[in-house]
Amino acid sequence: MALLELKNVTKDFGAIRALNDVSFSVEPGQVVGLMGDNGAGKSTLVKIMSGIFQPTTGSLELDGKAAHIHSPGEARSLGIETVYQDLALADNLSAADNIFLGRELKRHIGPFRFLRRREMNARAVELFGELKSETRASDLVRSMSGGQRQAVAIARTRLADAKIILMDEPTAAISVRQVAEVLGLIHRLKDAGIAVILISHRMPDVFAVCERVIVMRRGTKVADKPISQTSPEEVTALITGARETA
Amino acid sequence: MMSDTVQGFSNVRRTRFWQKGFLASQSAYVLAALIVLIIIMALASPNFLTGGNIGNIVRNFSFIAIAALGMTLVIITGGIDLSVGSTMALTATVTSLTMVGLNGAGFHPFPGSALIISLAAGLGTAGLIGFLNGFAIAKLKLSPFVTTLGTLSIVRGLAYVTTYGRGTAPAGPDKELFLALTSGQIAGIPVGFVYLIAIALIMWTALNHTAWGRHVYAIGGNESAGRLTGVNVDRVKIQVYMLSALAAGFNGIIISGWLGSAPANLATAYELTIIAAAVIGGANLAGGVGGAAGAIIGCILIEVIRNGLVLARVDPYWQQTLVGCIIVAAVLVDRFRSLRNT
Repeated sequence: MALLELKNVTKDFGAIRALNDVSFSVEPGQVVGLMGDNGAGKSTLVKIMSGIFQPTTGSLELDGKAAHIHSPGEARSLGIETVYQDLALADNLSAADNIFLGRELKRHIGPFRFLRRREMNARAVELFGELKSETRASDLVRSMSGGQRQAVAIARTRLADAKIILMDEPTAAISVRQVAEVLGLIHRLKDAGIAVILISHRMPDVFAVCERVIVMRRGTKVADKPISQTSPEEVTALITGARETA
Repeated sequence: MMSDTVQGFSNVRRTRFWQKGFLASQSAYVLAALIVLIIIMALASPNFLTGGNIGNIVRNFSFIAIAALGMTLVIITGGIDLSVGSTMALTATVTSLTMVGLNGAGFHPFPGSALIISLAAGLGTAGLIGFLNGFAIAKLKLSPFVTTLGTLSIVRGLAYVTTYGRGTAPAGPDKELFLALTSGQIAGIPVGFVYLIAIALIMWTALNHTAWGRHVYAIGGNESAGRLTGVNVDRVKIQVYMLSALAAGFNGIIISGWLGSAPANLATAYELTIIAAAVIGGANLAGGVGGAAGAIIGCILIEVIRNGLVLARVDPYWQQTLVGCIIVAAVLVDRFRSLRNT
């Protein structure tokens, strides 16, 4: 049974049809590449899956049940985590604060709830260890490098038991070594049975970790095939429109 | 401390203790400046450190400091509340009018009852003003500056309308209790200062040790990140504007107790002094930075300067000019510091 299934999703912004009748499904533990040129509808698709937008028509199913996701918080509680392209970090807070933002660990004292700072810091240190990232939990995000910020954004998705992680350009702004680390991480997520949808412009990344690639062009899905049956040349042709469909 | 060392930080030095936390904040620099200023004053004027004068200073800065705490919350979220001066006036007016009204109606079932109802009416008014500010800003997405500029005028107008421009004085059987609770002393300490410290401690705890406090800072740092991570941004924003209005209203009631009446022009233009105190104390108008201690330090600094100028027999009108210089100096020092660090 499919973990996540999109059925005939269409999204209009006024007169602009950003997504036109898009359907696909993702199996548990599957790593799917989502490719397309700027304006192809990748980000809109991600935002529909992560609860920021609702489809104009069409529906989403999670574990075979219809899912109406109205907010990012709702998506997370259903097991859909997202690494946003701009990372969605508050610069003025520490790494640990950012990881736990919106789902802080609390201790009840009478009617009050106080932060469990020590536990949150320790968990953050643990997560950075798992990601093999040289990031200090108590440092402010403001003073961090691109790769460290990326690590904070990714560590956030590992807090709860996610079923599927959406990554919007996770390797766009980081060093060569860090790209290898992120790709290694995606492999480990897959081994743990977590599905990943990787939105990327970087052909080598998609071919290195994905088992399937979906290509979008001008709001329409033009290809959805196993990596083993395609090539970077074909995908490039599909993205640019040199080939209509595959 | 925490097991914070991860593998191989070959080229990254650990942040030293004076480079982070309170010691690295603008509040700490301003506190140092304040201590220097107090020492200079004490040497220059034998009257400065007398009990009576210290009592004066404490009472005077308590008049704006509670409102400055509320203002700091709003500024941390990246907003501004220009309506606090008017809210002070209308809250004091409503409280006073309710007391007069209850007295006229002969309503006084038990001692303190008229006072409780009057305070509830006054603070309820303040809470409503704050709610309307917050609702317009969070839900209708109006700019905080324009919204609260509007309420500044609306609320001040209401204070004049309800009193025909004359102001009003608390009256009735609870009047003595009202005066004791607003302008009395506990063990020689003005009650206003006691309220201030209690409220500041609660605010410090809320900002640093609750999820709500993290959300207030996160909204100022990156509002959309807050939304994406499931923070209820709109609700927190409405709450900070309500708290700002309640703090201002409470401060207004204290001032009216000290004055013995609530004139309709009470606290006119106080919003600017309050914002100045918050900013001098380290609240950043761009959002994301500020704290309870800083707001109080800013208020003390402004009052010490005013007081010092009076003792030195300098024309007190110089105060505004000096406070302006200090605002610019405080943000300049902070700017140079952050330039050096990046």
